[in-house]
Amino acid sequence: MPAARDDGARGARLSRQTLGQRFAAYRLHHRQMLAAGFERLRRYPLATLMTVMVIGIALALPAGTLVLVSNAKSVSGTWQGAARISLFLKQNLSDSAVQQLADSVRAHAGVASVKVITASQSLAEFRQHSGFGDTLSLLGSNPLPAVLVIRPTNDYTTPVAAQQLGHELGVLPQVAEVRMDIQWLRRLQAMLDILHRAVLIIALLLALAVVLIVGNTIRLEIENRRTEIEVSKLMGATDAFIRRPFLYHGAWYGLAGGVMAWILVLIALLLMAGPVAHLASLYGSRFSLSGLGFEGSLVLLVSGIALGWLGSWVAVARHLRAIEPT
Amino acid sequence: MIQFSEVSKRYAGGNEALASVSFNIEHGEMVFLTGPSGAGKSTLLKLLALIERPSRGQIIVNGQNLGGIRRGQIPHYRRKVGMIFQDHKLLHDRPVFDNVALPLIIAGVAYQDIPKRVSAALELVGLAHKERALPVMLSTGEQQRVGIARAVISRPPILIADEPTGNLDPDLSFEVMQLFRRLNQVGITVLVASHDHNLIRRLGQRVLSLRAGRVVAPELQGDAHAGRA
Ligand SMILES: Nc1ncnc2c1ncn2[C@@H]1O[C@H](COP(=O)(O)OP(=O)(O)O)[C@@H](O)[C@H]1O
Ligand SMILES: [Mg+2]
Repeated sequence: MPAARDDGARGARLSRQTLGQRFAAYRLHHRQMLAAGFERLRRYPLATLMTVMVIGIALALPAGTLVLVSNAKSVSGTWQGAARISLFLKQNLSDSAVQQLADSVRAHAGVASVKVITASQSLAEFRQHSGFGDTLSLLGSNPLPAVLVIRPTNDYTTPVAAQQLGHELGVLPQVAEVRMDIQWLRRLQAMLDILHRAVLIIALLLALAVVLIVGNTIRLEIENRRTEIEVSKLMGATDAFIRRPFLYHGAWYGLAGGVMAWILVLIALLLMAGPVAHLASLYGSRFSLSGLGFEGSLVLLVSGIALGWLGSWVAVARHLRAIEPT
Repeated sequence: MIQFSEVSKRYAGGNEALASVSFNIEHGEMVFLTGPSGAGKSTLLKLLALIERPSRGQIIVNGQNLGGIRRGQIPHYRRKVGMIFQDHKLLHDRPVFDNVALPLIIAGVAYQDIPKRVSAALELVGLAHKERALPVMLSTGEQQRVGIARAVISRPPILIADEPTGNLDPDLSFEVMQLFRRLNQVGITVLVASHDHNLIRRLGQRVLSLRAGRVVAPELQGDAHAGRA
């Protein structure tokens, strides 16, 4: 009884379907398109794997590099031994004056410990290490100054804070020169900042690449399903209805690419864990590489899905309207 | 139900496919559209399906002026016009069930109602047991009947068919036309384009003849419909 006797009966039968039922059907269609999109990926496993691999590599490159950069930043930001400040004192300060100065410096909130190296200790040390001892004795008087080696408290170990502490101590009248071995650390951090920025730019370009890859794959898919699109339009399908399966298809590609990227980053980190542990042990550190973490993994997967979705949007916007029944 | 007033259609190539065509089809009528190849039959049906737009004139379907239907509203209009094609336009990678269910899924019909309605539609065309078959496993006549089941499943008030028996032998053709006749008898307005004069004569319905884009002798066999309208 698909045919109706007249319009009145037809209208009555149509309106029997409530808005809730309609919405349920709509949601079901979404779920089915989600499943159908996945089915399409499974149907051509090799082609799908290749596309997913390309997306995965494009996502893994920036993700992996960002992980490395942030590891390097966290290492350089908390490098304990590196933030050491040496105060070279003026000549002809008596040993007791040096001790007095050391005590007052020790009282500073940013100073954890002060090691005093008197002028004669400096000389002895120099003699021992340099082998120029005899030359020095020719000079008659000791040319080396007394030195205060300061280890900042934890709050003052970052390059910026240590730099500030150095400035404060440098203005003391007894101090001839401040030497900080954090200069290289600051340069390293500046370089890491540049690297970080560069990786972000490359990430943007690779994101564009992912959009284009997915867009092109979906374009081919649209071409393959031309008849289906035409027939659906003849049966009264809206643009949104026709778009839906392609958008889900693209999102699946993005998600699969994201998972692939996650695995690639994991493998790369595992491969690097050994050498990094070795390097850390040389510095007496127990540092180990941290991975993407929960948040990073989430960002990676969500970006994959979003880029896949965007890629199919581009393809769909460009090609779907052009397909009209004739 | 279907009213053409001074409708002309000129294709981009400069061909005048329809020239000032006027006619009126009443609600519940069954009409054959005939004429030699190139007369403009397909063009006329495409105007009704909003696949093409007229260059001039006005078309009113079910009280609605087609000229006032914007692109975004076309899908909703098409759901009320069942369409049947000479080449069936079935999806060959889907079983019969999916093909017939397509208009319901597009219209967002509740899923629990779909199997029932697909069965009823397939039963109507005599293919109740073929739900799981793929179209390629069916004969041409059966494929066309699947196309008809798909066209009527959403219970459209109007059915248009372009050469639905073009690929069928005379017996099958007659069967398909009988099916249209039965659908017409339950209240659907039917417009069938065909150049098979013998068949049309056997069915004895109103005939609209086109020649080079113009209506000729519109009521050639008008008696048949006069009794019914
Ligand atoms: N898309 C088109 N572009 C240009 N000319 C067309 C197009 N479609 C049909 N025609 C022309 O319009 C005329 C009518 O064609 P058609 O409606 O297909 O006739 P019929 O279906 O009766 O054979 C023919 O001359 C045909 O060449
Ligand atoms: Mg034709």
